[in-house]
Amino acid sequence: MKTFVAPFVAPFVALFAGLVLGIGLLLSGMANPAKVIAFLDLAGSWDPSLALVMGGAIAVAFPAFTWAKSRTVAWSGERLQLPTARRIDAPLILGSLTFGVGWGLAGYCPGPALVSLGMASQPAIVFVVAMGVGMAAHALLTRPKA
Amino acid sequence: MNIAWDAFTPWTSLAGGALIGLAAALLILGSGRIAGISGIVGGLFRPASGDTGWRIAFVVGLLAAPLVWGLFAALPAVQSDAGIATLIIAGLLVGVGTRYGSGCTSGHGVCGLARLSPRSLAATLAFMGAGFVTVYVVRHLAGA
Repeated sequence: MKTFVAPFVAPFVALFAGLVLGIGLLLSGMANPAKVIAFLDLAGSWDPSLALVMGGAIAVAFPAFTWAKSRTVAWSGERLQLPTARRIDAPLILGSLTFGVGWGLAGYCPGPALVSLGMASQPAIVFVVAMGVGMAAHALLTRPKA
Repeated sequence: MNIAWDAFTPWTSLAGGALIGLAAALLILGSGRIAGISGIVGGLFRPASGDTGWRIAFVVGLLAAPLVWGLFAALPAVQSDAGIATLIIAGLLVGVGTRYGSGCTSGHGVCGLARLSPRSLAATLAFMGAGFVTVYVVRHLAGA
């Protein structure tokens, strides 16, 4: 059986989800690198706020993902794509460690960096360009051989 | 440990977090996709037919968030004291690291933990641990 998927539904849902996520990042304080670094600075004057961001996010997302696991199709009619990888391997750990070092250096992770870019913040412009170069390098180095 | 009570924002952080969770819920139930920013953006560097429109729309939503916020209230401060060299190195590390690690704070830290994935738990412990250590080294050992 082929389900009908209206062509505009996926971008519309994504646009709205991106907008809500961005507003959440602004409200939570996570879009502010100084606050992120204050959370990561356990030995300094520690700001625990971001632990509550993660707690609030997971509290809302948990029932949604529990429901999603029992479904194969999204509301739009598209296939529901939950990750299938299970292995805890070297790329996962080394990549995540590398990400953590970059996160600690400047206080930006990808979402907040894009939100700050939307505010035309100059440090965010530099960071996002460099992040794009890093992602492009990964795409180039791991491209499937023809 | 010395807690910065004056900087602590429990209610707005909890509410902002709830919105982040709501966005992740909308994307997975509405469109069947994981709200992982590094995965969504990274996928644009290997474009596949019919798979780019929603990615661009999501990024436009993120970029537009401050504009929409600005219609209703003053924008919160975003403050970075990092120099250009630090920003470039940090951006490269975040770009490469999140792609090899298959996710970032949103994909692993929110969506992955919410679906009880051991793989995402391992990734989250790795990047949070590295973040804590990096800030300790930069702020307390290097004397910056």
